[in-house]
Amino acid sequence: MFDFLEGYDVLGAFWTTVQLALLSAVGSLVWGTALAAMRVGPVPLMRGFGTAYVNIVRNIPLTVIILFTSLGLNQTLGIGLGSDDFKTVNFRLAVLGLTVYTSAFVCEAIRSGINTVPVGQAEAARAIGLSFTQVLNLVVLPQAFRAAVGPLTNVLIALTKNTTVAAAIGVAEAAYVMKEMVENEAQLLLISAVVAFGFCCLTLPTGLILGWVGKKVAVKR
Amino acid sequence: MSAVLYDAQGPRAKRRNVLYTVVFLVALAALVWWVYQALDDKDQLAWEKWKPFFSGTEAYSTYIWPGLRNTLEAAAAAMVIALPLGAVLGIARLSDHAWVRVPASVLVEFFRAIPVLVLMIFGLALYAEYTGVGSDDRPLYAVVTGLVLYNASVLAEIARAGILSLPKGQSEAAMAIGLRKGQVMRLILLPQAVTAMLPAIVSQLVVIVKDTALGGAVLTFSELLASANTMSGYYGANTIASFTVVAAIYVAINFSLTSFASWLERRLRRRRKSTGAVVPPSAVTDIAGTAATGAGSGV
Repeated sequence: MFDFLEGYDVLGAFWTTVQLALLSAVGSLVWGTALAAMRVGPVPLMRGFGTAYVNIVRNIPLTVIILFTSLGLNQTLGIGLGSDDFKTVNFRLAVLGLTVYTSAFVCEAIRSGINTVPVGQAEAARAIGLSFTQVLNLVVLPQAFRAAVGPLTNVLIALTKNTTVAAAIGVAEAAYVMKEMVENEAQLLLISAVVAFGFCCLTLPTGLILGWVGKKVAVKR
Repeated sequence: MSAVLYDAQGPRAKRRNVLYTVVFLVALAALVWWVYQALDDKDQLAWEKWKPFFSGTEAYSTYIWPGLRNTLEAAAAAMVIALPLGAVLGIARLSDHAWVRVPASVLVEFFRAIPVLVLMIFGLALYAEYTGVGSDDRPLYAVVTGLVLYNASVLAEIARAGILSLPKGQSEAAMAIGLRKGQVMRLILLPQAVTAMLPAIVSQLVVIVKDTALGGAVLTFSELLASANTMSGYYGANTIASFTVVAAIYVAINFSLTSFASWLERRLRRRRKSTGAVVPPSAVTDIAGTAATGAGSGV
């Protein structure tokens, strides 16, 4: 019944999905946090930049961004991200596109976390003479991250599902292999069930585990 | 919160901020200069590449408007079909009967756990194998099918969040005057929940508009993004120009939808007549994740 799986590397495809998700998650967590710090900071230019970045990037479809990394950055401007191999280049471009897009949502998730920290915390921190970076690093962000675990989990799950967009530039992840399979094999329902099951295995436990972590680390007030 | 993170600025802080501003400006300028060089190097700034968008209407009438129309059509169709489905699923999840509640929950959780592109690919193959839908219409059908399956489950969660956001006194008072469960839902809860849900529904529309682009990139659906591709082929490889224009159109549409949603939210919160219950636009990104973390996380 499952002999259609033989010609295709379904497990490898899901491994690519996981790699895409993890690498972009790390990248967008770093860049998204930097954006959030800019957006709440005292320098008006950085605030403006952060706001503009978030408002522009989250309103462009991810598909446009990913396709642009391939057609625009790579094929038109010749940016290869340090590789000549077609597959490696496209994989790295997909990670770049996913990071650029997801960091806008990470920024908003962290900002919502910052908003849950009581005003008194920052006021007390300022009262003992801490500077803005100290207030942020020592007092506000540690609490904000703990409150942001929930929203960040949702961003991570959305990111995992969004990795399928990399199929548009030929990265052999789950949706790409699924498309190949349904075009060549006759078992549509079975193929779809396998792929759907794979994604359920990735997204549902992530939500459950991180949901538990989020409750565990939440600041009790 | 962000206003209390730093003190009112004294002379030293002001000097420091000016320094940061200058450093940031230099970094930004360097980036812009680098992009400019890269574009100029590959001759992407030549007037011929940008001309179609600034003189004459051919590029718009031949490529952009038809593409945009398909995008909006698919998005509107998906929204119109998904709304009632989502409402039914959302109410079913709140049912007192386990045999209604559990299947509805499983459906909603399942379709939210799966990427919309997978649903679209499934839809395309489904229509090709089992129905008589012509091959020209199939991409549209597949895109709408994928969007409906996914968004009905997201809208179900929005509907549920909307109903749960109402103060408990509403249903208690309704039951106290002797209304039955169905009447409480139909006459008391739903009318108020619909208003509370409006901001979230409008922001979900943004998600739908963005997701239609998947159809253009993977399913040969001729929407706005696909028109960027054909344009850059026709106008001598002006990829950068075409993508910039198309992205700007997406930003214009979605930004106005987002702004409209937050305006609605502010207005609903201010209104004295209602209970002030509202599902904020930010709930959409939270709900789109998974219910495993609790649908109420952002609500």
